[in-house]
Amino acid sequence: MLVLVEQSLNGLQFGLLLFLLAAGLTLVFGIMDFVNLAHGSLYMMGAYFAATFVAWTNSFVLGILMALGATLLLGILLEFVALRHLYGRDHLDQVLATFGLILFFNDAVRLIWGPAGLSLPLPSWLTVPVQIVPGVFYPAYRLSIIVVALAVAAMLYVVVMRTRIGMLIRAGASNREMIGALGINIKLLFTLVFGLGAALAGLAGLMQAPILTVQIGMGENILILAFVIIVIGGIGSIRGAFLAAIFVGMIDTLGRAFLPDLLRTVLSSAAASTAAPALSSMLIYLLMAIVLVVRPEGLFPAAKR
Amino acid sequence: MKSSTINVRNVVVALVALGLTLLPVYSALTGNIFILTLFTRIIIFALAAASLNLIMGYGGMMSFGHAAYLGLGGYAVGILAHEGIGSGFIQWPVALIVSALYALVIGALSLRTRGVYFIMITLAFAQMAYYIASGLSRYGGDDGLTIYKRSTFGGLIDLSNRTQFYYLCLACLFGGVYLIWRIINSRFGMVVQGVRSNEQRMQAIGYHANRYRLVCFVISGTICGLAGALLANNTDFISPAGMYWTRSGELMVMVVLGGMGSLFGPVLGTIVFLLLEEVLSQFTEYWALIMGPLLLLIVLFARGGIMGLLGRLSRG
Repeated sequence: MLVLVEQSLNGLQFGLLLFLLAAGLTLVFGIMDFVNLAHGSLYMMGAYFAATFVAWTNSFVLGILMALGATLLLGILLEFVALRHLYGRDHLDQVLATFGLILFFNDAVRLIWGPAGLSLPLPSWLTVPVQIVPGVFYPAYRLSIIVVALAVAAMLYVVVMRTRIGMLIRAGASNREMIGALGINIKLLFTLVFGLGAALAGLAGLMQAPILTVQIGMGENILILAFVIIVIGGIGSIRGAFLAAIFVGMIDTLGRAFLPDLLRTVLSSAAASTAAPALSSMLIYLLMAIVLVVRPEGLFPAAKR
Repeated sequence: MKSSTINVRNVVVALVALGLTLLPVYSALTGNIFILTLFTRIIIFALAAASLNLIMGYGGMMSFGHAAYLGLGGYAVGILAHEGIGSGFIQWPVALIVSALYALVIGALSLRTRGVYFIMITLAFAQMAYYIASGLSRYGGDDGLTIYKRSTFGGLIDLSNRTQFYYLCLACLFGGVYLIWRIINSRFGMVVQGVRSNEQRMQAIGYHANRYRLVCFVISGTICGLAGALLANNTDFISPAGMYWTRSGELMVMVVLGGMGSLFGPVLGTIVFLLLEEVLSQFTEYWALIMGPLLLLIVLFARGGIMGLLGRLSRG
């Protein structure tokens, strides 16, 4: 029972982390209709920046804030130099160009930081276990990820759905020319949205950094997870991305935790220990395939434009 | 207006085909074995890229999971070899049949979706194949499977002879491209291309668009499965890493780089991509640092890839 609570929290935490990544992606992909494979690279850069700045400044909070700013600037720069020329293009052109960026970022990181991974040590005040219900302790850091991600989700919802700038973003998504004709600087607006997406990716990366090693290519696996979430949730729907992210995070974590035991009840223990890791890694892809076969538009498709 | 048969584009294609045919002669004369092994690899990937181009360029189906067929074809050869069945007359048909069946199932499910959703669902199935392969602990799991003996063809062809293997691969490439040429110019191929341009109209005329798409998808997967069998024999090794999504991405890059929807585009794209990778990595360990931005520039400034560029030269 305790294990179930703990693993559910882990699932929630992973899901919320995935949401940060998926939210940035869905802003860019769903709203600007731009397929950005380099989103995972921004996640990686966020983690590398954080590890570097925290080591430089000797302060966890200061380093993290600097890393967040650096990823935001990097995103804006990337959009300004290259990606804004690709908005009207075929999805395939975008896939190709941003695939090139993945290659570039992986090697750039290898050149600057070397091939070995980095680690981001936590300050002592984040390593204490917190008692959430009597008898159940949960690491403070993982708890803080949950809190931060929920706060960001709420903020994002308010910004996109309730503010003037959010209204402009949504309007610009459905009709660029019209919003431009109304005297809005749509180019600047999209640059800012892209920067925001990049910062969200960076935030996800730097929050994950203390849990995993910071390494080259860390964005590639998780990028695909983020795409899976967007597709399951319905492209362009932030609400869909939120629900799908938590769903995927839960399924992935609980699958990894309990599938081996579950399989052992029906299979021999040797067969179970062979099948379980592969099956639990596959679960979410299986989920996505089933969702798409049953509901080709995703679970919560955004309103038709 | 139809341009004459002798133009820059056709001359380049003819020269490349001739060059590929004569490469072993050059290699034997100069004693440069490296170039032969390099081009064997290039030719195998060119076949895979050509198969992807059949559905991507002519069918409008953006498969982001083509690496799965490379893996399936390879694992068919590897697993049979591991179990003591070394005959290529068994291994290769099995590789083709397995790829075809996989493509049939995946295609039937994926073709319910369109556009980005299609890209993502093909990707999802390929990732599943990747994780299944990682779980095959009997056949090496994550570490992959070494193939100790290449496929045997009862003394007809010796695959461990570099030149013979090269020509076998080249024959498969030319055969594959010829097959694709026949397909796209057949009634079947016309329907597939018609469906790409206007699905509703083709439906209205009375064609079952998805049936044509599915058959095309299966043919493409089968050809790519053959490339997988060749690749496994070339590297004497097969591992899940070769099925990861970045490999599918590379295949897409090769197709688009060469020119999507042109017969020889993918072949040229593969040659340029893999040669660039080779040449750049001679200069610097950080070859991708140059390759990445190069891809970006090609997308930005050379639409239609190499074939598009050559076409513009042809028209002057």
